[in-house]
Amino acid sequence: MKLTRHGLHSEMIEKIERISGEEISKCYQCGKCSAGCPVAQEMGTLPNRVVRHLQLGQDERAFEAEAVWFCTSCHTCESRCPKGFDLSRVMEALRAVLLRRGEAPVRPEDLPAELFAAAPQQAIVSCYRKYVS
Amino acid sequence: MKYGYYPGCTLHQQAEEFDVTTRESARALGIELEELDSWQCCGAVFPLATDAVINLAAPFRALAAAYEAGVELVTVCAGCLNVLRRTNNLVQNDDETRDKLVDFVEEDYAGEGRVHHLLELLRDEVGFESVSERTKRDLNGLRIAPYYGCLLLRPPDEMEFDDAEDPQILENMLAGIGAHPVSYPLRMDCCGAYLPIGELEERRNRAAVAVMRSASAAGAEAIVTSCPLCAHNLEQCAQDVPGAEMLPVLYFSQVLAYALGLDADSCGLEPDGLHAGVCEKIGIGEVK
Amino acid sequence: MRKIGVFVCHCGLNIAGTVDVKRVAERCAEIPGVVHSEDYSYMCSDPGQNLIAEAIEEKDLEGIVVAACSPTMHEPTFRAAAEAAGLNPYQVQMANIREQCSWVHPDDEEEATRKAEGIVGAAVEKVRRDEPLVPHEIPITKKAMVVGGGITGMQAALDIADAGYPVILVEREATIGGRMAQLSETFPTLDCASCILTPKMAEVGRHPLIELMAYSEVEEVSGSVGNFRVRVRQKPTYVDWDACMGCMQCQQQCPSEVESEFERGLGTKKAIGVDFPQAIPNRPKIDPEHCAHLRGDFCWLCSRSCPVDAIDYEQEERIVEEEVGAIVLSTGYDMLPQEVLGEYGYGKYPDVIDSMAFERMKSSSGPTGGEIRRPSDGEIPKEVVFIQCAGSRDPDKGQSYCSKICCMYTAKHATLYHHSVPDGQAYIFYTDVRAGGKGYEEFVQRTVEEDNALYLRGRVSRVYPEGDKILVKGVDTLSDENVEIHADLVVLATAVTPRTDAREMARIFNVGTDEHGFLNEAHIKLRPVETTTPGVYVAGAVRGPRDISDAAAEASGAASKVAMLLSREEMETDPLIAEVDEGDCSGCLWCVAACPFDAIEEKYLTRRVGDREVSRRVVEVNVGVCQGCGACTVACRDGAMNLKGYKDEQILAEVESICLIAGSQQ
Repeated sequence: MKLTRHGLHSEMIEKIERISGEEISKCYQCGKCSAGCPVAQEMGTLPNRVVRHLQLGQDERAFEAEAVWFCTSCHTCESRCPKGFDLSRVMEALRAVLLRRGEAPVRPEDLPAELFAAAPQQAIVSCYRKYVS
Repeated sequence: MKYGYYPGCTLHQQAEEFDVTTRESARALGIELEELDSWQCCGAVFPLATDAVINLAAPFRALAAAYEAGVELVTVCAGCLNVLRRTNNLVQNDDETRDKLVDFVEEDYAGEGRVHHLLELLRDEVGFESVSERTKRDLNGLRIAPYYGCLLLRPPDEMEFDDAEDPQILENMLAGIGAHPVSYPLRMDCCGAYLPIGELEERRNRAAVAVMRSASAAGAEAIVTSCPLCAHNLEQCAQDVPGAEMLPVLYFSQVLAYALGLDADSCGLEPDGLHAGVCEKIGIGEVK
Repeated sequence: MRKIGVFVCHCGLNIAGTVDVKRVAERCAEIPGVVHSEDYSYMCSDPGQNLIAEAIEEKDLEGIVVAACSPTMHEPTFRAAAEAAGLNPYQVQMANIREQCSWVHPDDEEEATRKAEGIVGAAVEKVRRDEPLVPHEIPITKKAMVVGGGITGMQAALDIADAGYPVILVEREATIGGRMAQLSETFPTLDCASCILTPKMAEVGRHPLIELMAYSEVEEVSGSVGNFRVRVRQKPTYVDWDACMGCMQCQQQCPSEVESEFERGLGTKKAIGVDFPQAIPNRPKIDPEHCAHLRGDFCWLCSRSCPVDAIDYEQEERIVEEEVGAIVLSTGYDMLPQEVLGEYGYGKYPDVIDSMAFERMKSSSGPTGGEIRRPSDGEIPKEVVFIQCAGSRDPDKGQSYCSKICCMYTAKHATLYHHSVPDGQAYIFYTDVRAGGKGYEEFVQRTVEEDNALYLRGRVSRVYPEGDKILVKGVDTLSDENVEIHADLVVLATAVTPRTDAREMARIFNVGTDEHGFLNEAHIKLRPVETTTPGVYVAGAVRGPRDISDAAAEASGAASKVAMLLSREEMETDPLIAEVDEGDCSGCLWCVAACPFDAIEEKYLTRRVGDREVSRRVVEVNVGVCQGCGACTVACRDGAMNLKGYKDEQILAEVESICLIAGSQQ
């Protein structure tokens, strides 16, 4: 990869920092978040690697990571992080950017009718909030 | 002391047994719960984006309404507790966001109110010994695994519900009502939340399966939770794991209310259905 | 009118980049009495100091102002330059136009220059009224005290004693040796810790100039450099150490077994005895809270077994007062207790131990006889996980700093484990590997290449028991995968912390601590073994995490500072202290109450009036103790007390000067 000072501090990175309220440089890549993430196996890319992409200015690779949509906002990462870095907020910021662009993983019309009868309201509302544009 | 009760949308629909047993438990313990006059869905998740202020409007309004009515809020749904408590913290500490909410919702509220979970009231106001004295039924040492999940405990510095690495409040409550609490390592791990709903995980919900297995391996006969989403995920993962050791899933208030004297039917305990094993152990549905 | 010289420094661009130094020099030349005023690029340099010397000689200057950096930087420099040229060094005044002017107003040159003019003008008014002062000479007590008897304290005491000065070594435990006595081997040589330590302990024990006060603590310190008075509390051991022969029959016979802190939870000790066999002094003590007799039960077993009748259940503590000229603080460190690490089990899992417990296990005189075994069932562990950074580099919930020694001792542990259990596997979870010392990097590489340790780069999120193993959930960020290991034994490299009572101790000795509780040195780079309290020195881990090599070096450094101090016949005290005008003093004693150093005493002046003796009460300042803080001058309601060099009239003259200059700048 080729690095330049412009690429490292792009507008998109600043936007993610603003929406999440976290400074990306705070993470020192110790990996404790990944070690405790309940869905790390499903994620493909480990959560600390997503932050590394952002640190290297590779926001598109961060957006492409499936990890973003598998995150359940369980806050285990943030509660154990030695730097107090809130990774859940960074994941939310990545989702927010994608959802606001219209790139949502779930469309309401595709959800099966039985779901609305079987699943608790809490589940449906949270699904909509996290996955629907 | 009278409290403002915030059931949350799910307790009024899919999780009615959670609502009924919560009210009855509170009544049996002398806690006065009065449902708020008007409230909306809290939003189910606390918005983590700093600019998603509109999503805070509903919980803000609930908090302001309770404060104005002169009551402190009580809820049992873990999702609602998480949203309401974190919204209250935000309003206390973030002047800019608070001003926006005050303007939009047209309520002048600065986070002076408080939000409680029923279990916290039992621990801090009533006392578990007092709960113990008021039990009317013997649970026959039913081995119950408490499941905390994420939303009650984390973020630990905001929720301040219990020790996030070694919570004991549910264990203490269960011991107080004559059950045998079974602690197990994954009782604070995530159940998968909205992942299965979004159908992103076409395979089984590994997170929920891991929790269930951990509880089962520790020798539990049932699992209790305080969250309709967790309850749903734990029940559903049974269908995805053929042959696995699946435990009946109940809300904590169901066993609490039953122990305090409410009839099995009102507690939502089904001797012929999902809860057969549990009911048999504690003597429900016996032909006398 | 006294002839004053003004020297305005550019300090390169530090001052001149913001302040118009030429203008300031010109402005000062107009002040009455200023007969010399110039600016120069670097006043502290040799040419700069020569300018001062030349001006003093040529123009017979009676006072100089050097407008430059802060006096903490260069006041001694310019005082020395003036003295060499024949001017009393206390007729030198620095005007800080850098830290207090150019550095805080970088964007407003006009304002900065005007402010500089004000500062320098005020300094001129002050120095004009400075009197020549001569430091007092006071005798020095040629004796030192070292507090803390670990390797650092022992080395310092030995060096001071070998330099010919008597030294008192105060140690809180009943034996010297400190943390090193708990270790098995030391990196990078794998020397047996006891083997290299005990000769030093023996040397300390028999050195004619070292007085060893074991099982003692310092309660209070008064006085100042060269003349400290220290009160030491000698705790009761309940054994007459003079009569005792060290046979340890008492320890064998004692029926009370309790958990031993020395063994880090892995072993027990008796209520009477020594912590380890090579203890010096080789004398037992009784723990009152664990002794059956002292708790009121009927037990005389130790007393009956003692062949020389040395047990004394009635023994009381003793307080001794000592006078010393210098003090070295070397009280070492503590380790973060496992009880605060929730994700690693809060210390509740027997097979999750900390690194010091591992040392005790490996130590041949330890609870397992030098064998590495699982505390739960005594089996030999075949899969051992080492977790570095447990509580370190953790600003959120732990200590923010790096504990420095863990990377090296963990590599050592993995090496020793491999030697003991050749078919076992060591896994080390690390964040970085810090191996900067001599031979350290090579040592770590040998641990990997010859002793089969597997280094996994990442932290461990959680451990918990599963079956009879401990499940470790970590990550290897190098391969981008989470890692799960069912370990037989988990060893946590817990953070090095200050002693729990470090701040309390710092208060007693009047030294500062940092935000963590480690003692502050006077300057981290250039004065690492001194403190800002003259006569009190620091060495070793009490300053922060460090290994034995550095601690021993610092011990010798502190000892040399002590020798420097004690080698002088007399000591000069700072003359900038309080002085009372007995004629004005009304004897109200408010100054005595205000003085934090107990440096003022009442005094009676008597004279004959006719056939009677008339007595009048005044005060007297103890020139050896007064630190020149000025509190008494504020308390004095008669204006009789003044601080030399900072008399009321001088300060008022400065204020007036600033007002006049500011007024004229409008």
